[in-house]
Amino acid sequence: MSETVESAEAQGPGADKGEGGARRETIRRIVQGDLASLRVVIGLALIWAIFQFENDRFLSAENLTNLGLQITAVGLISVGIVYVLLLGEIDLSVGAVSGLAAAVMAVLNVKHGWNPYLAIAAAVLVGCAIGFLQGFLFSRFGVPSFVVTLAGLLAWQGALLQVLGSTGSLNITDPKITGLANTFYSDAVGWIFAVVAIAAYGAVLAIGYKRRRDAGLAAENPTSMIVRFVLVAAVVIAAILVFNSDRGLPLAILILVGFVVGMEYVVKMTRFGRHVFAVGGNAEAARRAGISVNGIRVVVFSIAGTMAAIGGIMAASRLLAVNQNSGGNELLLLAIAGPVIAGTSLFGGRGSVWTALLGALVIGSISNGMDLLALSSAVKFMVTGGVLLLAVLVDAVARQQRQTSGRV
Amino acid sequence: MASGAPLLELEKVSKRFGPVQALDRVDFAVHAGEVVGLVGDNGAGKSTMVKTIAGIHSADEGTIRFDGEEVKIKGPQDATELGIATVYQDLALCDNLDVVDNLFLGHEEVSPGLGRVSRQLDEAKMEHQTGELLSNLAVTIPSLRSEVGTLSGGQRQQVAVARSLLGEPKVVLLDEPTAALGVAQTQQVLQLIRRLRERNLGVVVISHNLADVFEVADRIFVLRLGRAGGEFDAQQTTEEHVVGAITGLGEDNGNSKQRDEGGEPAGEERGEEG
Repeated sequence: MSETVESAEAQGPGADKGEGGARRETIRRIVQGDLASLRVVIGLALIWAIFQFENDRFLSAENLTNLGLQITAVGLISVGIVYVLLLGEIDLSVGAVSGLAAAVMAVLNVKHGWNPYLAIAAAVLVGCAIGFLQGFLFSRFGVPSFVVTLAGLLAWQGALLQVLGSTGSLNITDPKITGLANTFYSDAVGWIFAVVAIAAYGAVLAIGYKRRRDAGLAAENPTSMIVRFVLVAAVVIAAILVFNSDRGLPLAILILVGFVVGMEYVVKMTRFGRHVFAVGGNAEAARRAGISVNGIRVVVFSIAGTMAAIGGIMAASRLLAVNQNSGGNELLLLAIAGPVIAGTSLFGGRGSVWTALLGALVIGSISNGMDLLALSSAVKFMVTGGVLLLAVLVDAVARQQRQTSGRV
Repeated sequence: MASGAPLLELEKVSKRFGPVQALDRVDFAVHAGEVVGLVGDNGAGKSTMVKTIAGIHSADEGTIRFDGEEVKIKGPQDATELGIATVYQDLALCDNLDVVDNLFLGHEEVSPGLGRVSRQLDEAKMEHQTGELLSNLAVTIPSLRSEVGTLSGGQRQQVAVARSLLGEPKVVLLDEPTAALGVAQTQQVLQLIRRLRERNLGVVVISHNLADVFEVADRIFVLRLGRAGGEFDAQQTTEEHVVGAITGLGEDNGNSKQRDEGGEPAGEERGEEG
């Protein structure tokens, strides 16, 4: 609009108010739990402290590396779940899809002798196609996503049995596939990765800062930026230190972190991601703003199917086999519980992909720690269920507070 | 101010829904730099008229002229392209997104260079533009990055109006902009409407609240049972006259078209779209 006016924007009461308002806004976000990840990080530290106290092998490099490997599959599936949750929908089929995709890969590779990369690509395509189909059925015919994907859960489990055939189990021996979850890089590679990651994060912060400055906007407080940078750098360095004192940086962790960072970028910084949030917040408003609501829904469910397939492939690679239980058991529930525990709302429109990683860490730590303490599955299920319930309650309470305090 | 050729002109526009004559040969005009209050009882055809202008319904008969040229408005897209922006009563904001996000929803600015590939958002540019627009309109909001859900009703209304201005419209239709607002918030919104007039936009304000209409409108247009029920200069008339025209009981205002049609008031489809 008019560019002649307001060349000196930093003057007058409006600007002052804006800054104070921004600070109040940040405080409100922390209090009302939009920065729920902080809460979860504290919870995670508490969980780690308790298990370490009970069994001093818990925080050993070996066990932490194992923990990282254990959460890879569920974390990858959760990445797709986050997108679905942001729409305010649910996908109950991701567990079954992950098993089916792994079976497709194994059968093509082992029985039909396909090139491992082709087999992996085919498996990912299967996941994507299933997600597309379910998203289409949901958005085109208005069948609740809960029902469509519940039907899918059964159907794809059946398909898994069908694909595996009479043997019921297939061992994977192709080194290209087993290498996905069983490759560890040398110390030097680990450090190179750390330096690159930290430098990239610093560059992103600096570019963002400069852009806002150039646009004449109130840039973020440099101190808080430096704090964030130091925190991230410390986490990266600590992780590499831990991995290097065991077997080295696992490829599986790189894959997981890579997907989390990439998909977080997509959801937070691209047009598509913004539209996902808009549809999850108010589908009618999104439609009137010219967004193809159904298009967004179909793409999101395709992403969920794709990520489920990738998670299934990683799980198969770690297990060195695919069997009738692949993608079964509590995998589905854990994949949904993780992001919710870490602060992605079940009601749509709030959350981040980062919660997929954080949530998987929380759930993985509880499960891993209880294994170390040799607790029975009975106790494990009840504890995990309790943690999930607690997380959902916190989410619901935060939502109620927003609704009562929302309109000033 | 209401001089010269009208920006938007309706001539003998009619609209039927089955047996119901929602609009019956209505003539209506808005000029640049003019605020027209559109009033009428429930079911008088206000919403139908707005939706016809906004392209949600198409007129059965009659002609619509925009900037002096006859136009066909077949869909909301057509209206937007002509330069007609509509702010519906429900505002259509995403509560979980902040002010900047909502303003640019569906028309996000994309970063130049590499960012174009992934259609990366140019947040700095959008925030800058939002800041300029809102300060031009003297809209005060705690922070441009406040979630819209945390704003007051008046602030939300102002955000919705500001959003409609991003497409550089010439005519803005406001559906009940002051409904359910407190006194102070109503004043903020009315002030904003005056600023739209200063920007030389044609503004149509649909409202039940005659006090608000009198405060802000230059001209008051009354719809009654789908027909033009009278037109008043806001400076030179009284509420009683306008109420008379709305209810059809006023005898003396020169255009007493109050033939009481048998049958119920033309039923509008309220709530379906706006």
